[in-house]
Amino acid sequence: MTAPKTIYDKIWDAHVAHSSEDGTCLLYIDRHLVHEVTSPQAFEGLRMANRAVRAPEKTIAVPDHNVPTTLDRAKGIDNEESRIQVEALDKNAKDFGIHYYPVSDVRQGIVHIVGPEQGWTLPGMTVVCGDSHTATHGAFGALAHGIGTSEVEHVLATQTLIQKKSKNMKVEITGQLRAGVTAKDITLSVIGETGTAGGTGYVIEYCGQAIRELSMEGRMTVCNMAIEGGARAGLIAPDEKTFEYCKGRAHAPKGAAWEAALAYWKTLFSDDGAHFDKVVTIKGEDIAPVVTWGTSPEDVLPITASVPEPSDFDGGKVDAVARSLEYMGLHSGTPLSEVEIDTVFIGSCTNGRIEDLRAAAEILKGKKIKNGMRAMVVPGSGLVRAQAEEEGLADIFLEAGFEWRLAGCSMCLAMNPDQLAPGERCAATSNRNFEGRQGRGGRTHLMSPAMAAAAAVTGKLTDVRELI
Amino acid sequence: MDKFEKLSGIAAPMPLINIDTDMIIPKVFLKTIKRSGLGVNLFDEMRYDDDRSEKPDFVLNKPQYRNAEILVAGDNFGCGSSREHAPWAIKDFGIRCVISTSFADIFFNNCFKNGILPIILPKEQVDALMQDAEKGSNARIEVDLVDQTVTSSDGEVYSFEVDSFKKHCLLNGLDDIGLTMEKVGSIDNYELKLSSERPWV
Repeated sequence: MTAPKTIYDKIWDAHVAHSSEDGTCLLYIDRHLVHEVTSPQAFEGLRMANRAVRAPEKTIAVPDHNVPTTLDRAKGIDNEESRIQVEALDKNAKDFGIHYYPVSDVRQGIVHIVGPEQGWTLPGMTVVCGDSHTATHGAFGALAHGIGTSEVEHVLATQTLIQKKSKNMKVEITGQLRAGVTAKDITLSVIGETGTAGGTGYVIEYCGQAIRELSMEGRMTVCNMAIEGGARAGLIAPDEKTFEYCKGRAHAPKGAAWEAALAYWKTLFSDDGAHFDKVVTIKGEDIAPVVTWGTSPEDVLPITASVPEPSDFDGGKVDAVARSLEYMGLHSGTPLSEVEIDTVFIGSCTNGRIEDLRAAAEILKGKKIKNGMRAMVVPGSGLVRAQAEEEGLADIFLEAGFEWRLAGCSMCLAMNPDQLAPGERCAATSNRNFEGRQGRGGRTHLMSPAMAAAAAVTGKLTDVRELI
Repeated sequence: MDKFEKLSGIAAPMPLINIDTDMIIPKVFLKTIKRSGLGVNLFDEMRYDDDRSEKPDFVLNKPQYRNAEILVAGDNFGCGSSREHAPWAIKDFGIRCVISTSFADIFFNNCFKNGILPIILPKEQVDALMQDAEKGSNARIEVDLVDQTVTSSDGEVYSFEVDSFKKHCLLNGLDDIGLTMEKVGSIDNYELKLSSERPWV
């Protein structure tokens, strides 16, 4: 009898194309996703060495970081460098014969939303992209993680990555979530508990009743931020919800191939007694709606708490918190629910899916955003946008006073014109609150879509439970 | 890739923890389609005021650290995004070695692909080297990848661990793709197996 394996062990073992004595492996890559920011140098490297893309049929490209999200974007990109980067991807996709969703395609969107939506991401696969939020795809029971541009070139040329195996970590969320608590609150609370380096060197498996009960959209939100917890990859064993989501998608298998795939996917779970090097357990009932107050995703507190003191922390964190509070313009002891905001951003690969827009619209229905507030919804893909329009969500956002944008990464990292000005304070559904992340001098508070919608209405960080 | 064997240089102290990739190279500089020229924008928002004048208090703007080749940094250096622009900027500035108690995984990997040696040492040793680095240009730290040692300016020697394959590649300046291409037969075999075992892929 073989030793019990975790789902990560199983996927790893199924993808080793070559292993050396020291444990260095060539890991075969089933899906390679590509965007315009981290790929031009990789394609240039291929050209210089006269190399082809080994498996163009497994390589999918879409521009997302630089694209404008305003309704007039068909007129082109004003910023010359951004335009050149997108044009480079247009050309590279054509020259190397890879699948491509150009800006003009209704299926265009954030790469981590397009991949699952089009059925490229499937259980048991290895998925990589030159983007740290590739962890998102782990929601399907895939081994998915970000890579650097040199590795992008390596995968393009060889369809493999040089890897050593990571350790296994289990994050179990037991029981049920309380009203007003979402997948975003789970993933932020986990990071608040383990810290931004708590997952370094590990692949996380999220499990437990509260995870099982999440939709696929919610699971993607949880896995998306595995990287903010330091883990390159986070994954969730596939189940009926996963199979249901995948079935019928454009690039999912059909007919007999579907049945064969399904039989295999049902073997993808951690065996009883499988070894985890680290285990974290959180009770679902203990998770509250949370927000971040600092400039690290680990700076998480329930909305009912107050801004902490640097002296509440130890070691290097004392100076880091003092610096954060100065950057964020916050004073220790201020209740978080009294912090006023001027901008709301709903979108990103963390929270730009249909369920996120439904949750925000639910709060906004029949309400108006606070006077003077700048608020925007940026759907994660053209198809999410179309569905939201069909469901009447777009009308709710527009009537509330939100801008209703086209798909892209937008103000999550502010590479396009959607940026914060110095000193502006944003309630954001994205994934990073680093200094300058949403624009030089901009201040970011991370939270769930429902919490961001609530903040838009009241003009300050707000406990969404008061509006339900 | 440039080889890395030994380095004797000035070390700049950056005790702040969780220095993220947005701090190392803000996104406005990710629009380049080249790998070179990013050194001038390394730590851009910490290094320059809004009018682009240098902030005199920032470590790399101080005269004694302008030619630093080593960075001694707080815990969890390089957390955040996968942008290889971060090591490109560090290298382009002239830094070839970063010492910390811990690094984010993707950044750590990216360093090795670019001839930069990231060294993990226990907290007391990083603290000692941080103090050494505070001495400025009088304190040259020596890094020896062959022997896997860091020697402080007063002769204290610290050993560090490094993955044998990564060490081999860095010492010899080897190109990963070239090495993998030598194993193309294994990849061909794997794809053959894949087409029967998981044909939907």
